[in-house]
Amino acid sequence: MSENMTAIQAEQNGSSDVMVELRNVNKWYGDFHVLKNINLKVSKGERIIICGPSGCGKSTLIRCMNRLEEHQEGDIIVSGVTLDDDLKRIDTVRRDIGMVFQQFNLFPHLTVMENCCLAPIWVQKKPRKDAEATAMKYLERVQIADQAFKFPGQLSGGQQQRVAIARSLCMNPSIMLFDEPTSALDPEMIKEVLDVMVDLAREGMTMLCVTHEMGFAKTVANRVLFMDAGEIIEENEPNEFFDNPQSDRTKLFLSQIL
Amino acid sequence: MTVHITSPSPSLAPPASSVGVVGWLRGNLFSSPLNTIFTLAGFYLLYSLLPPAINWAVFSADWVGTTKEACTSEGACWVFVGVRLNQFLFGFYPPSEYWRVVVAFSLIGVLVAWLLIDRTPKKGLVGAFTILGYPVIAYYLFYGGAFGLQVVETYKWGGLMLTLILATTGMFFSFPIGIILALGRRSSMPIAKSMSVVFIEFWRGVPLITVLFMSSVMLPMFIPENMQIDKLLRAMIGIIFFQSAYMAEVVRGGLQAIPRGQLEAAEALGLSYWKSMIFIILPQALKLVIPGIVNTFIALFKDTTLVLIIGLFDLLAVVQAAFADPKWLGFSVEGYVFVASVYWVSCFSMSRYSQHLEKKLHTGHAR
Repeated sequence: MSENMTAIQAEQNGSSDVMVELRNVNKWYGDFHVLKNINLKVSKGERIIICGPSGCGKSTLIRCMNRLEEHQEGDIIVSGVTLDDDLKRIDTVRRDIGMVFQQFNLFPHLTVMENCCLAPIWVQKKPRKDAEATAMKYLERVQIADQAFKFPGQLSGGQQQRVAIARSLCMNPSIMLFDEPTSALDPEMIKEVLDVMVDLAREGMTMLCVTHEMGFAKTVANRVLFMDAGEIIEENEPNEFFDNPQSDRTKLFLSQIL
Repeated sequence: MTVHITSPSPSLAPPASSVGVVGWLRGNLFSSPLNTIFTLAGFYLLYSLLPPAINWAVFSADWVGTTKEACTSEGACWVFVGVRLNQFLFGFYPPSEYWRVVVAFSLIGVLVAWLLIDRTPKKGLVGAFTILGYPVIAYYLFYGGAFGLQVVETYKWGGLMLTLILATTGMFFSFPIGIILALGRRSSMPIAKSMSVVFIEFWRGVPLITVLFMSSVMLPMFIPENMQIDKLLRAMIGIIFFQSAYMAEVVRGGLQAIPRGQLEAAEALGLSYWKSMIFIILPQALKLVIPGIVNTFIALFKDTTLVLIIGLFDLLAVVQAAFADPKWLGFSVEGYVFVASVYWVSCFSMSRYSQHLEKKLHTGHAR
């Protein structure tokens, strides 16, 4: 609790490193205004949970941060680099941001080990041996090292998602984005993935996580963002957010999911 | 009082009538009255067709001899094919230079076998040599003009040799060009996209015969006398472009089947467009469309027979020409059966290899 508060205060004072900053970001899909005037600062080590009803723009928001989606107005600055059409800058940002997807998106034609080594070898130009050693380290951390030479199709959903997390970590990112990482999992597998994420949070990783796992939000988050219709409606530290929601839309949403 | 069994009960063997030969027969041949009728009718058809055919082709056929007079029995006269075999294989290539063709094909045979067989070392090196080194070697072996090899003009090339040259160069070039075109057509860059679409739609929209006619009759009219390109080369380019367009559409089908998330994951890891394509998207897409690719290859292989209309003597044309020999009138059936068997063996091998490849590349992912 006190740790959470200090993080927020630090951010407000502007004294800590800002990892991600969004200034008046607007985005449209055709005529549909999907992100409306988003302002957000994420400090180093902060864990931010983004929730909200389906179609509110929460996935789009984090997908803009590594330019899987383009925004049309405003500035997105990641680790000091402003995202625009420049491919080099996009590459720089992507090397620094890891992303975990709802559908895992492991490469089915490569083994778990190859999945983890591909980007370190071809993007970071690491020697194969180093890349494999790093991969093994992270696979052990997500407790799946014994499956390293299997193909993703031979693993369960929970195991695949843990591999996906390890694959991102192999690039040694300073920020991790999670896009509904447990939504495609069978109930009994959710915990094994959340455990890995909690571990990651404890180690001080800067995380932005779109999720409806409110228990997880209470455990790890510094801040919870509630979005609706493309706007950030409410932003608070987790206990306040859940116990004392301010806006009616937040109250309605919480009554539906809790 | 009932007893509850807590450990799982042991699995029982399936009923005897559902396994083994009897089970297979029941399941596949005699599962219903209608199937039984079809099975019996099928057996009767085989019984009435197969023995006479085998008898004609093997037991009462004539195998040895040098003239028509050697063919005295009821069956096929393979002497005709035997006597003409060199011409069927090499066309009008000078007999003293046959060894060059044999060396060239043996070399590519070894290289391809090396690449296709699963457990051979140094595949990368051999592959690079096949792609970069072999075409040069093959060019000098077939055409000559260097290293003391006498020049053999392309109009002397013919028979199976010409068929194989047309087919392999066609496959060798249409595959990569097809991939580039497919990627171009799905590209977000307007120029690359429109150029690919125009190329594909143009070449897919014209019959191959027209392409070959254009290349052999029309094209020379537009090009100055001193810049004339070899007729065989023109036909080759026509075939390559034509097949590339088909290949492009096959590959595009595979690209479309790959979920969007694969590219997103590759991008999120920082892989560039080309690296994403080479390592992530194409291996999956090409694997999905192996049947379509092999289908295109087989079609290409058989379509090479069309070059006979522009006066190139491929296998079929050479065999047909031999029918006109007054010393050997009346052996067209043997000739056609020979040609058909050569094509069938080649195409069937391609088909079998593709099935093996699909099995080998299957990594147990459900999609």
